[in-house]
Amino acid sequence: MSSHTIESGQRKAGMWGWLNRRTGVDDLLRKALDEPIPGGARFAYIFGSGLLFIFISQVITGVFLALYYVPSADHAHTTVAYITKSVTAGSFLRSLHAYGASAMVVVLFLHLSQTYIYGSYKGRRELLWLSGCVLFSLILAMAFTGYLLPWDQRAYFATAVGTNAVSEVPWVGESIKRLMRGGTEMGTLTISRFFVAHVFLIPAFIFALVGSHIFLFRKAGAAGPVDEDPYHPKKTAELFYPRQVLMDLALTALLIAGLGLLCFFVPMQLGPPANPADTQYIPRPEWYYLPIFQWLKYWRGSTAIVGVLVIPTLLALAIISLPFLDRNIERRPWKRPVAMGAYAFVVFSLVGLGLRSQYLDRHDPEVAQQLAKQNAEEKDYASKPFEPELSSASLAAANVTLADPLAAKGKTIFEGQSCNACHGDGGIGTAAAPALIGISKKFSADQLAELFKHPTARMTAGGMPPIDLPSDDLKALIAYVESLK
Amino acid sequence: MFEGAAGSGSAKVNPSASNSESRRSFLAGLLGVGSVFVGALLSVPLIRFALFPLIRRTTELKGSPVGELSEFASATEPVMRTIQIEQVDGWRKAVSEKAVYITKDGQGQLRALTSICPHLGCTVPWNKEKKEFICPCHGATFAADGSRVSGPSLRGMDTLETSVQNGQLMVQFQYFRQLVSDKEVIG
Repeated sequence: MSSHTIESGQRKAGMWGWLNRRTGVDDLLRKALDEPIPGGARFAYIFGSGLLFIFISQVITGVFLALYYVPSADHAHTTVAYITKSVTAGSFLRSLHAYGASAMVVVLFLHLSQTYIYGSYKGRRELLWLSGCVLFSLILAMAFTGYLLPWDQRAYFATAVGTNAVSEVPWVGESIKRLMRGGTEMGTLTISRFFVAHVFLIPAFIFALVGSHIFLFRKAGAAGPVDEDPYHPKKTAELFYPRQVLMDLALTALLIAGLGLLCFFVPMQLGPPANPADTQYIPRPEWYYLPIFQWLKYWRGSTAIVGVLVIPTLLALAIISLPFLDRNIERRPWKRPVAMGAYAFVVFSLVGLGLRSQYLDRHDPEVAQQLAKQNAEEKDYASKPFEPELSSASLAAANVTLADPLAAKGKTIFEGQSCNACHGDGGIGTAAAPALIGISKKFSADQLAELFKHPTARMTAGGMPPIDLPSDDLKALIAYVESLK
Repeated sequence: MFEGAAGSGSAKVNPSASNSESRRSFLAGLLGVGSVFVGALLSVPLIRFALFPLIRRTTELKGSPVGELSEFASATEPVMRTIQIEQVDGWRKAVSEKAVYITKDGQGQLRALTSICPHLGCTVPWNKEKKEFICPCHGATFAADGSRVSGPSLRGMDTLETSVQNGQLMVQFQYFRQLVSDKEVIG
């Protein structure tokens, strides 16, 4: 701690001074805010803190959503429906989280584009660029894993297609797919895996990498405008606070207002629960995955490996190794035709692929009709009030009443004779007496009749009275007990 | 911690007028107030979301229809009815069946009794010959209106809250503590 901190801390009175003498918060704040920006503050530099803001918002809304969410194929959809339809502000928060993912992808693209076009990856910024690349893929992985969690039709089928694409990778593809799904098919284990990745694993890596990304950024310093020397900045610098802070806050305010209005007026929809048996359903990914989705359509059969593995790997390698390959100190875009040409090519290809996918869907009457039907089903489901899920215990009890009439009569006797007082409703067992479920595997009907009339010494000691019933009633009771499975 | 290698080390910082101490702290105050305001605004939906169980009931035992009022008007002894009770618990519900008796109190008003014995929880049947409720487990007996007659039970059979909706008698099912002399709702 420098002597400056102690002096300034002792000068200040009150709560802030007290806190500062113990934490040095003044010094930390000064370090954070007095970052010099060569050439002065600009709106071009606002995207990084925009991303940080959305990330924090995603963490907070995500933690709150977990108050009601249950990651299992049985309950995931019900709990998300409960959040959207019953819980106060639930629809708003879920929308904020879902649209936040889209906003993240948009601002991420802008941040990456700004860094690339400004040549801000140059001048001892290789590690900064690398950590950014890893963060980029982690955020796409967050979008992919989070998409499945509501377990509606849209989520289920999009993830089925996404995980299927992985199996195109030679040799290990099938194993990776099984590892991701937790089996050969999509099911409750898939939700568990995606949930763990989305909530524990990937966020942990993102926290660590955001920390190192900001550290490496401060270590290298802000790169400044395109005509600035990336190694030794020569332009007069302006501090981060106040003008750049205000510009960053302007984006944050825009994001808050935009997302807030969107979530309030056009809340995110939840479709009907996933039905794996639906053979009609046409899966479509979220908009930011459409280009990849369309791209994969062109690579089928023997050439699939080129489209699924070779080209994406080469592209990823080219992006990752960019600051190592491009050692030229030149940052002005108009002096970097190859880099700008490559950027334009990739962006136009992505936009083109996305538009092509939309165009094909709209111009194939069968597909358009089915997609319209799917949308209508979603709207229909969204407009219905929330219906609680029937617990499995009550299902078992209800099923018995549907069985044969003799067993149904037996059930009334079972309850009328207070058998359920000790053996539990539906024979599920209590502390006082064992469960009767599956007893027909141990004893035949005749043996049961004998035990009912003359309980064994052990049964009598446990409080089981001999049953004295007309033979018709006894038959009905046995039929009921045998039906307990 | 964040030592600028290429940045802060060689950069010339412009000590412009806008950085004057008083203007900076005025702006800081403004930003602080603004952030607190926006933060408070953003936390409203979060608080509403988390406090949902305080705003609305998340668990409830719904009232169950037993039958038309007229069905019970002329009854001379307790009538047993099996009702479906729906227990809502957040996003799930459990449906179970319970036997209740519709009987009359001293003034001839309808009254609903749970069939669960207040002694140890056995289901108590109505004995037509003896005109009494007789528990098969330990022999507690109760009169037609549910009041205790004899046996080990410390209180009479428990009455359930009733209401009338569109001519239908509704019963609000509840569980009560056993082996105590005063009726005490569980849960």
